[in-house]
Amino acid sequence: MDDQVLTTILFLAVVALTVGITFWASRQTSGTNDFYAGGRSFSPVQNGLAIGGDYMSAASFLGISGAIALSGYDGFLYSIGFLVAWLVALLLVAEMLRNSGRYTMADQLAFRMRQRPVRMAAATSTVVVSIFYLLAQMVGAGALVALLLGVDDQAVKNIVIFGVGALMIFYVTVGGMKGTTWVQIVKAILLMTGSALIVVLVLAKFDFNLSELLGAAASSSGQGSAFLEPGLKYGVSATSKIDFISLGLALVLGTAGLPHILIRFYTVPTSRDARKSVLWAIGLIGVFYLFTLVLGFGAAALLDIPGLRESGELDASGNLAAPLLAESVGGGAGSTGGAILLALIAAVAFATILAVVAGLTLTSSASVAHDIYNSVMKNGTATEEQEIKVTRFAAAGIGLVSILLAIPAQSLNIAFLVALAFAVAASANLPTIIYNMFWRRFNTRGALWSIYGGLISAVGLVIFSPVVSGKGEDPTGKNLSLLPTSIDISWFPLENPGIVSIPLGFFFGWLGTVTSREPAAEDRYTELEVRALTGAGAEQAVQH
Amino acid sequence: MTTPPPDVPEQASRHDPVYDQLSAAPEFHELRKRYRGFVLPATAAFLVWYLLYVLMSNYAGDFMNTKVIGNINVALVFGLLQFVTTFGLAFLYARYSESKLDPLARQLNDEYVKQHGTHSPRRHHEGGSA
Repeated sequence: MDDQVLTTILFLAVVALTVGITFWASRQTSGTNDFYAGGRSFSPVQNGLAIGGDYMSAASFLGISGAIALSGYDGFLYSIGFLVAWLVALLLVAEMLRNSGRYTMADQLAFRMRQRPVRMAAATSTVVVSIFYLLAQMVGAGALVALLLGVDDQAVKNIVIFGVGALMIFYVTVGGMKGTTWVQIVKAILLMTGSALIVVLVLAKFDFNLSELLGAAASSSGQGSAFLEPGLKYGVSATSKIDFISLGLALVLGTAGLPHILIRFYTVPTSRDARKSVLWAIGLIGVFYLFTLVLGFGAAALLDIPGLRESGELDASGNLAAPLLAESVGGGAGSTGGAILLALIAAVAFATILAVVAGLTLTSSASVAHDIYNSVMKNGTATEEQEIKVTRFAAAGIGLVSILLAIPAQSLNIAFLVALAFAVAASANLPTIIYNMFWRRFNTRGALWSIYGGLISAVGLVIFSPVVSGKGEDPTGKNLSLLPTSIDISWFPLENPGIVSIPLGFFFGWLGTVTSREPAAEDRYTELEVRALTGAGAEQAVQH
Repeated sequence: MTTPPPDVPEQASRHDPVYDQLSAAPEFHELRKRYRGFVLPATAAFLVWYLLYVLMSNYAGDFMNTKVIGNINVALVFGLLQFVTTFGLAFLYARYSESKLDPLARQLNDEYVKQHGTHSPRRHHEGGSA
């Protein structure tokens, strides 16, 4: 019971800290440039930390360490894909987007397309990607809190989901981009410090000898050296190997199409600062994913994973491996040290979730207000006050939708939901962004077809995949798909649609462009290109 | 304090001729050539290198499972090398753009500012303002 009091206090401290930051930030915010882009006045280091805070989600922290703890080496693909993906953002997207857009992903498309249809399309895909991502975080929060409070009660999980939803609406409506950014900066520092502490404690148990840690993980997993080799999870059949490639593609190509990451590039004064902030983010995120390797193998080595699986304390996602590892290195269950570290890591994971949901809610509600309300409905005549007011309503709406969807989605694996968001981002958004920047002829129909084509292919293929139906039951009788086992609509064999839907997104973008009779807006492309590469005419930082 | 009005041109129709001028400048051609000359091959290279890793994990089990030192096998070293190349390429790009791209971009932007004043362009739009 004392453990739970401690855990509760730390959770409330995290909530109080973020609420305080939000109130403080709200007093520094006036106008849309502040509200959506934090006044474009964050420094590269601050934005680099905030990007890390926005990106390293519960799926990274809990999901990857869990995946490595359960499947060994195969879980490491997530770490590598999530990191290498940043090169796409650094080389092809960050600086050009900073120079050519204002608040949302749609801005740089609207630059040279018929803007009402493209804004509608970009806002749709922004909201879809963000909601998948939000669901993952909220489901994770429910499971985490229920475990820590030692109650496996559906009502408690629902209350937690409701609470996270209420908080995310609060962050966005009150704090805007400044509040969200500071929450993400604080979270990044907490997450890096907390995981570094556990990593050092784990490595100390093996005299800082990585080989020894790996050896212990292999023998404790019961799999022997196969645990350290590729193929334990994805090597079982020809189909699962293709699934591995598909996942790998979605991971590496998805990041630079994630709307909540893209809008972070608008929060710095210049494109050079955008580049520097990505460099900081790459350093931070890279070190963090190296930590996940130690956390995952450390959990495999120090916890009795097969036993925990059997007793049901660790579910098939392995999401709780990292908190349990913290308890173990702190002295084990029942010890004071164990209780403190468990509560600490759980609070860090909770802060992680809150920071990511804040970023996602801001991005999607800004897109609803800026792209759909102002541009499509009001034809650009809304005032800043009206636009911000609509953003607040949209945040409340998106919060409510996420709460309602998250409650039935609790059986879904959070890493899967995030991987799906990446697949949609890579299929719908990335082709459009790349074509827009590099292809003079690209036009409105091309943009619409690549967004909708990629979006529908990715989501459609998942609906007919084994994730939704037809996977059957595991040996304990647990349904492995989303729909009841009596319904089987699956015909697409892969769990991740990327290998098919990403090429389709590019293909539809090309096909739409070449079949359209609309002439490309050549002079606007010239302007876009000059502006993207030189910064001439780019949005300026707010001078306070 | 610059607070731009809402940004809604109905597309394409309005165009600022200063951009045609900048676009025709030899410095801009050089900037675009240098930018594309770095990022396109670099992107191809890291994607091929990453896909090679993914494919070898799938189909080259014997090689990947070879032990290097103690329990550390080729697969782990290969995975860690992806981190090294990512950090390395990011560093190279930062250095390259600071020395080869930024000076040209600054020069062109100065030209723009000279013709336009310090403010970002106001894309004129009908109705409402902040």
